Amino acid sequence: MAHGPAKGFSRWLYTTNHKDIGSMYLWFSFAMFFLGGIFALVIRAELFQPGMQIVDPNFFNQMTTMHGLVMVFGAVMPAFVGLANWMVPMMIGAPDMALPRMNNWSFWILPFAFAMLASTLFMEGGAPNFGWTFYAPLSTTYAPASVTFFIFAVHIMGASSIMGSINIIATILNMRAPGMTLMKMPLFVWTWLITAYLLIAVMPVLAGVVTMMLMDIHFGTSFFDAAGGGDPVLFQHVFWFFGHPEVYIMILPAFGVVSAIIPTFARKPLFGYSSMVYATASIAFLSFIVWAHHMFTVGIPLLGELFFMYATMLIAVPTGVKVFNWVTTMWKGAMTFETPMLFSIAFVILFTIGGFSGLMLAIAPVDFQYHDTYFVVAHFHYVLVPGAIFSITAAVYYWLPKWCGKMYDETLGKTHFWLAFAGLNITFFPMHFSGLAYMPRRIPDYNVAFANWNMISSVGAFLFGAAQVLFLYIIIRTIVSGKKATDQVWEGATGLEWSVPSPAPYHTFSTPPEVK
Amino acid sequence: MLSIFKRSLALLLAASLPVAAEIDPWQYNLTEGVTSVSQNVYGLHMFIFYICCIIGVIVFGAMFVSMYLHRKSRGVEASQFHESVKLELVWTIVPALILIGMAFPATKSLMEIYDTDNAELDIIVTGHQWKWQYEYRGEGVSFFSNLSQKSKDQIYSADAKSDDYLLDVDNPLVIPTGTKVRFLVTAADVIHSWWVPELAVKRDAIPGYINEAWTKVDEPGHFVGQCAELCGKDHGFMPIEVKVVSPEEFESWLGEKRAEAAAIAEAAKQTFTIDQLLEEGKVVYDTYCAACHQANGQGVPGAFPAIAGSPIAMGDVGLHMDRVLNGGVGMPPFGEQLTPVQSAAVITYQRNAFGNNMGDIVQPVDVVQYQQGQ
Ligand code: HEC
Ligand SMILES: [Cu+2]
Repeated sequence: MAHGPAKGFSRWLYTTNHKDIGSMYLWFSFAMFFLGGIFALVIRAELFQPGMQIVDPNFFNQMTTMHGLVMVFGAVMPAFVGLANWMVPMMIGAPDMALPRMNNWSFWILPFAFAMLASTLFMEGGAPNFGWTFYAPLSTTYAPASVTFFIFAVHIMGASSIMGSINIIATILNMRAPGMTLMKMPLFVWTWLITAYLLIAVMPVLAGVVTMMLMDIHFGTSFFDAAGGGDPVLFQHVFWFFGHPEVYIMILPAFGVVSAIIPTFARKPLFGYSSMVYATASIAFLSFIVWAHHMFTVGIPLLGELFFMYATMLIAVPTGVKVFNWVTTMWKGAMTFETPMLFSIAFVILFTIGGFSGLMLAIAPVDFQYHDTYFVVAHFHYVLVPGAIFSITAAVYYWLPKWCGKMYDETLGKTHFWLAFAGLNITFFPMHFSGLAYMPRRIPDYNVAFANWNMISSVGAFLFGAAQVLFLYIIIRTIVSGKKATDQVWEGATGLEWSVPSPAPYHTFSTPPEVK
Repeated sequence: MLSIFKRSLALLLAASLPVAAEIDPWQYNLTEGVTSVSQNVYGLHMFIFYICCIIGVIVFGAMFVSMYLHRKSRGVEASQFHESVKLELVWTIVPALILIGMAFPATKSLMEIYDTDNAELDIIVTGHQWKWQYEYRGEGVSFFSNLSQKSKDQIYSADAKSDDYLLDVDNPLVIPTGTKVRFLVTAADVIHSWWVPELAVKRDAIPGYINEAWTKVDEPGHFVGQCAELCGKDHGFMPIEVKVVSPEEFESWLGEKRAEAAAIAEAAKQTFTIDQLLEEGKVVYDTYCAACHQANGQGVPGAFPAIAGSPIAMGDVGLHMDRVLNGGVGMPPFGEQLTPVQSAAVITYQRNAFGNNMGDIVQPVDVVQYQQGQ
């Protein structure tokens, strides 16, 4: 408490303060969310009606690729790291992250990675155009020259994630206030602890696979080139060994957020805390043995196919446990429906719908019909948008008063919610239908049979985009001219982060609190 | 003889092929399809879907009831219960049992899909950027299947699209009814995926792999599908058309295809004038080459080289033939797909169009000799 932040730009450049770094992560991810959103709107504009009107097919492929990469690695992941930076130390009663200098470094390499990735759009041959899953040999032998920059950018993002995870683990394991045993930690801290382990386990695998690509492209190896004795399917195995845990990396912290918000607004403790912890751990474990369910059509042998089908179906059990626990937490509570609660309830409902389509996709013989259609696009957008994005939004509304000491406008917040909720469902629900009517994904043009659903999706997408502009306005307005928030902020809020003043001072818990 | 053949075949096709089913712009679900596999898959899909619906009604129902009854504005007091091992056990075990119930039919259905034994006809399906090649094993018949010119013309036009837009090809795959047909699926460049929804066949076409799939259709019919794995620029423009005809029609169709091949070999012996070659060459170029090298020969910088001013198109004829017939990095080999006349024509065209003005001619015999010399 002896000193406050430095002034000017150097404050942000040199900062080792978890709150500053958390804010930078959050703003950065918000910027990436808009960038990825613009890419998505280009896609939806082209798909508004059959025929090619706005972009050419190659640029369309660049858009789908960049949309996926920017949203996954630029918007969702950094947002959760930002939330962890802000909240984990405050929730466990620690003065800061365990490794503050590394914290600064893990943030500051990110803007460079994404500047490099975005710059490929202006290179000869264009940006990566092989999908965010970058299957070889489309991404090696047949890739535009910019693929090398893409590989370098992925390396940097991976390094950033690994450093961030090490920091989170070190903080949680070493810096809890006296009395804060593991089984007393807020669920957000638990989910992040498990997520961080997932990240450390799989980011090196991603680094490995892009390095193999680099070798194939520039150093004459043939990891993925059948003509040289390599194996294109190996790429998919390695990629999805990273990729499947990756999707849980994007959803486990969301579980943590919602598990904080629902009890607050139900004014009732989280139901089944320990089963929530065990369910999270089981999901994390299962995420390592289901990767080939993304590859049911590549021709793995029957026994392999069966194994991955059964393992994938099993994930429904711990996921179901979570949903049932949230519903039971609400049961017999005394609920109010402020914006964070609305987003959280929408999370539970829509994420569950995404879970249902996930269960359908797990059934291998039927997946032969769903695979690589818009049904899959609908499925993963239902788990990622109302899953990851809605939970991040809920978290921002929930903790913003603590961060900046001011209250957002509830009417505007609710307007944002309903617009986003409508936009999301109008965009993604029809994709279930176009997919089941057999529309393949990643195509820039389509038969008239799919025209109606696509037109509706496109309208919804622009509505959803507009809702996010309102979100930006609400945040800025809150910071600039919001009403002063109380320390407790929410009537039903419990936890250490609410015991400090609003806004949270630059340094909190310099002397550890006692946790009983 | 040949023309009688052709005419009778056309009649047969016209009589036996039902018009493609009316398209339903509000189609929202899988269709049952026409094979036992596709029907099982459809049944399974609906079964799982209904189970999800029931679970959904229970879970969301409980949520909505709770949101209505247990709101603070009704003056309720929050109860503080937060644990019940019994409940946790129930909602772990019951879903697990439901899953086991799903696993049985799923396993059975999967085993049927994997049973490729005892096929009566083998067709090698090869994915190319951006077309399919079908080779009837042991029948001496092989051909390529491209997006139809009719659809290509509509892509950039503002007119209303036809019902089969992007789902029609120049040479459909033809298979006989009542026959177990095995598809041996592979690819020549990147990964594609061969998918015909009504047959519930989807198999990735992977370079260096031969994947197996099968179908058996009992009634004649006409089915369409699309490439299902992102394979580059024109991934959305490589559809699949399958015509199922009676075994007799199938046999006569095979005979027709063989006769075509013989006619092509005959034509390759003739000599053409430069005008004839240029005329044919432009057609070939627009059909097969313009997707990458562009109609104006300028290519796409960083991806596909320009033909205008190209050192190969304006250099040694042997190298030019080599590039077109055998391909290059990112350039498919056309030696098999084009007839010698077409190859000679398109090479001659490239050497004389777009301001290249080389003035030389490549004859079909040159192409045949070049291919034999390899
Ligand atoms: C799938 C895209 C694609 C299609 C279709 C295609 N090409 Fe190419 N073409 C390429 C690429 C890529 C190269 C560069 C190959 C290399 O350098 O190894 C190339 C190179 C060439 C060259 C050499 C140009 C130079 O200056 O290097 C010629 C000649 C050529 N193609 C002719 C044809 C003809 C004739 C056709 C149609 C029958 C055709 N191409 C169709 C992609 C394509
Ligand atoms: Cu393809």
